Amino acid sequence: MNQSISFFSGFGPKDLWFLPQAAWQTLVISALSISTGTLLGILFGWILSESKIIGAVTLGLVLDAFRSVPLIIQLVLFYNLFNVIGLAINPFWAGVIILAVYTSALVANVARGGIEAVGAPMRRASRSLGMNYLQTIRHIVWPIGLRAVFPSWVGVALGVLKDSALVSVLGHPELLKVARDLITRTQQPLLVLAVAGAFYFALSYPISRYAAHLERKWQS
Amino acid sequence: MIEIKELHKYFGALHVLKGIDLNVQKGEVLSIIGASGSGKSTLLYCTNGLEAIQKGEVIVDGVSVHSKGTDLNKLRTKMGMVFQQWNSFPHLTALENVALAPKIVKGKSKSEAREIARQQLEHVGLGDKIDNYPSALSGGQQQRLAIARALAMEPEYMLFDEATSALDPELVGEVLDTMRLLAEEGMTMICVTHEMGFARDVSDRVAFFHQGVMEEIGPPQQIFGEPTSEHTAKFLANVR
Amino acid sequence: MNFDYTFHWRPVMRKLPDLLEASLTTLQISVLSMIIGITFGLILAILRMNGPKPLAWIATGWVELARNTPALFQLFFFSFGLGAFGLHLTPYFIVLAGLTFNNAGYLAENFRGGFQAVPETQMRAARSLGMTAWQSYTRIVIPQVFRIVYHPMTNQLVWAVLMSSLAMIVGFRELAGETQALAFKTFRIFEYFAVTALIYYVMVKVILGLSRLIAWRMFRY
Repeated sequence: MNQSISFFSGFGPKDLWFLPQAAWQTLVISALSISTGTLLGILFGWILSESKIIGAVTLGLVLDAFRSVPLIIQLVLFYNLFNVIGLAINPFWAGVIILAVYTSALVANVARGGIEAVGAPMRRASRSLGMNYLQTIRHIVWPIGLRAVFPSWVGVALGVLKDSALVSVLGHPELLKVARDLITRTQQPLLVLAVAGAFYFALSYPISRYAAHLERKWQS
Repeated sequence: MIEIKELHKYFGALHVLKGIDLNVQKGEVLSIIGASGSGKSTLLYCTNGLEAIQKGEVIVDGVSVHSKGTDLNKLRTKMGMVFQQWNSFPHLTALENVALAPKIVKGKSKSEAREIARQQLEHVGLGDKIDNYPSALSGGQQQRLAIARALAMEPEYMLFDEATSALDPELVGEVLDTMRLLAEEGMTMICVTHEMGFARDVSDRVAFFHQGVMEEIGPPQQIFGEPTSEHTAKFLANVR
Repeated sequence: MNFDYTFHWRPVMRKLPDLLEASLTTLQISVLSMIIGITFGLILAILRMNGPKPLAWIATGWVELARNTPALFQLFFFSFGLGAFGLHLTPYFIVLAGLTFNNAGYLAENFRGGFQAVPETQMRAARSLGMTAWQSYTRIVIPQVFRIVYHPMTNQLVWAVLMSSLAMIVGFRELAGETQALAFKTFRIFEYFAVTALIYYVMVKVILGLSRLIAWRMFRY
């Protein structure tokens, strides 16, 4: 009922306020899932690189599955799984958890690449200088590996920022869900889409350019 | 015969060739020596039309290279070129590297082109490598492959642009031997080179380039024995 | 917590033929969007590298928009956005246009990198043998570019298959859309989506396996 009344109400200042609120939701979801997903992913990447065979067949397979199934399917699937097992969880947290696991699967690959970029000879060299395992990780593997994969990690993070739009299928009012609702209500698709698109672009474009710049700088 | 008349070449404001006059007769081997940046390589590129010129003329067998109506692709089949970086085509086997141009440029049949390629690869001593990809060949072998590739077009002139400069020292010899072989067979050659031994032993004439100018040209005994230009003398003293 | 949910796989299995048919639609639209996307991607890359200024800008705009906004946003553009101009695409064309736009943008960058990775001297060597510019491009440069972009291209195809699931949101019934329609009719949502997840997984693995096989046959150097 409400909807039909406001259907032709045009575009009020109140409507415009919905968008930054929704953008904030997108930011919070992305920030939470990228940060936890990254931590998890580094852990997974480390396990993958250290326990070659067992790691690859168990953890590697599971993480690979997360990369081989559309995120939107994962979201619906696990959200319903939570319901099925009676875990009452709202779309926001369900979205964050699933996105974080998805992120960790992507980051694990990147992190393993970083650890392997350092290479066994360099690690042996540092061990031969008397550094212990943790010191080698902290002073050799981390700084060198980070440089090698930081640009790819930025790519993953920006990908997750964009993919967070899919949490809308669970009904959580992130940016694109709100944009879509606003479009049907106000019939102002161009304005709404422009604002929503500009938000993603303004975040993603400068960061990706900066990452590309760093990559070039570090390569030379 | 290659005739170069009053040739000027600029890269932007940089005057790279400052009026070069040079004739190369059929059957002659000419070596061009001089410091890097003296314009030697640019002269080769201008000779087969890979670089435009600003003034003067290059005439190959009576055809002006830089005139509008000239069919450069046809003219280039007369002049084989070997580069410092051998530029073998990495996606083709040795045989395919050599057979491609005869097939698509000269319109030879596939079997004809392959036969020519086989002969030329044997000619440069790569008869046992015909099915290898360039990645499996050494630098010297790749450079000989490049020579075979150029020879397959049955050129009347061969232009060598520092063909051995990018090679590891132990691989220089095999390429020079191949070049020597061509010279003995009577091929007309212009060789931009840093190999003074080759220039002295193989060439009929040696030209010394200095800052875009051909300082002097003459038989090797004269250039290496009693150079008239002090720049030449200085250069030779430094490379020895 | 209550565990009073019982799994019912039988209804899903009965609809399995429908799901498999829908996955063929998924493959079809993904492959088609790749073919058109490769064509546009090549054009965009060439325009960015040496097109006239205004065209180069448009190409850059396309590439950056495709890479820096969500794919779902791009689908919305082709549905609501074009709708604002009175252009109403069917769900099929919305998905096809959205996927193609995205593919072209990403592939253009891959192609540009590929072209830059082939040394200019290759062109020079080809020309010195008397090949025309066209022959040099088609026989020497493009085959090398193709090898460089082959793996990114396969990845993009996988990505297109995954991305096509967004069709669910705009109401096109490829695999994800079909799954949603069936699932919400029967309320066996978890079961349906679990089976569909498995189908996607298998599709992706088959594509990657095939591409590896093709690469092994094709690139002997």
